[in-house]
Amino acid sequence: MDFSIVWQYLPLLLQGAWVTLWITVVSLIIGLALAIPLALARLTKNRLISSPAYLFVLYFRGTPLLVQIFLIYYGSGQFRLELTDLGLWGFFRDPWFCGILALVLNTAAYSAEIFRGAITAVPRNDIEAGRACGMSGLLLFRRITMPKAFRIGLPAYGNEVIFLLQATSLVSTITILDLTGISRQLISKTFAVYEFYLTAAAMYLVMTYALVYLFRVWERRMNGHLQDRVVTAPR
Amino acid sequence: MLDLHGYGWLLFDGLQLTIAVGLCAMVVAILLGLLGSWGKLSDNWIVNLTANTYTTVVRGVPELILLLLVYFGAPTLIQSIATSMGYDIRVDINPFIAGTLTIGFIYGAFATEVLRGAFQSIPKGQAEAARAIGMHRLKTFQRILLPQAMRFALPGLGNVWMVLIKATSLISIIQLDELMRKTKIASNATHEPFTFYLLASFIYLGITLVSMMAQKRAETWANKGVTR
Repeated sequence: MDFSIVWQYLPLLLQGAWVTLWITVVSLIIGLALAIPLALARLTKNRLISSPAYLFVLYFRGTPLLVQIFLIYYGSGQFRLELTDLGLWGFFRDPWFCGILALVLNTAAYSAEIFRGAITAVPRNDIEAGRACGMSGLLLFRRITMPKAFRIGLPAYGNEVIFLLQATSLVSTITILDLTGISRQLISKTFAVYEFYLTAAAMYLVMTYALVYLFRVWERRMNGHLQDRVVTAPR
Repeated sequence: MLDLHGYGWLLFDGLQLTIAVGLCAMVVAILLGLLGSWGKLSDNWIVNLTANTYTTVVRGVPELILLLLVYFGAPTLIQSIATSMGYDIRVDINPFIAGTLTIGFIYGAFATEVLRGAFQSIPKGQAEAARAIGMHRLKTFQRILLPQAMRFALPGLGNVWMVLIKATSLISIIQLDELMRKTKIASNATHEPFTFYLLASFIYLGITLVSMMAQKRAETWANKGVTR
């Protein structure tokens, strides 16, 4: 086992780790922006709105992410002429666009389920109290329902973020040089197989637990007023 | 109508292999989960540390990296150890075994957490009562703890299965001819990638839907004596 070769290529690996983080953050932000309207669409009584949202969530949660990535990246090639006419081929030819699109749709579906659950879990009392103060409609939603739902959904959402970070490794299959992609490329060049994979695994481990820690701190900030506190009596 | 150019059976073959790998990996995962949950609840600190390291590491590293590490990394590691001891051998891992073991190994960590929770939610009095009527530890486990834990673990294990069967698509990367790889072959031959990947995704969706229904029935069956 010879890790000096890893040391030599460390800047490239760090660059790959940076790409991994970048893809994660971009997909998360766009995915979250889609997830909240989706969760609300799932909750409306109008079947014309709720059933397409239900089918979207079912499809993206019920099929492997790898298939979704390949369907968008390789599948779009089948409609090359049509996409060129629409001026969209430039996007679908780009692995970055396709990879991020797949990740966005996937995380949007999972997060929508989390927030749907969280919104239904908002205690009735909170909403009644808001009503009693004269709030209704959008104001009630913005001030009472949403902040509470966010606090309830935060732990589950933290797990989703960690899953997404790990799921980004799949975009290496469509030529993107993220941490996994760069490791595979360096291995085909140097034949130092387990040295690079072990290093990449360690780097993912560090990123994962850094995120776990950040979410724990954030959760404590958001839900601190709900946690039991040990009150020590003055001596 | 959907024209598959005669490649439909190819996908069906792939589906069979996907299910075979999935089921074998699930068995491995449950066995590792039992072992891991025993380790997590054990008083022995070495066992405890091993089990905790296992779940911490596996859940923090992407499946793809672990899969590549086992399939490509393990043989080279064994070879280089052998070379340093003066032997010259070639190790090839069968992709079916590598895929099954790796997927099982990864989801064993998730099953560990599920089963740990399940064993913990059995009231202590149950084991004490079993001991009081003279059952020894293995018999207590087999007759009292395991059946009850399985009932508590059923929803969690169902979720593990559904994530696991989707994760089997990754082993197409190590050249195992399961559904995903057969789809690739068919789409390359016909130049209709969208048709075939869409079809593959619907097959996976079908597996998920069937699993969801089976899980619901299993849960009703397992809770028969409780919820009434």
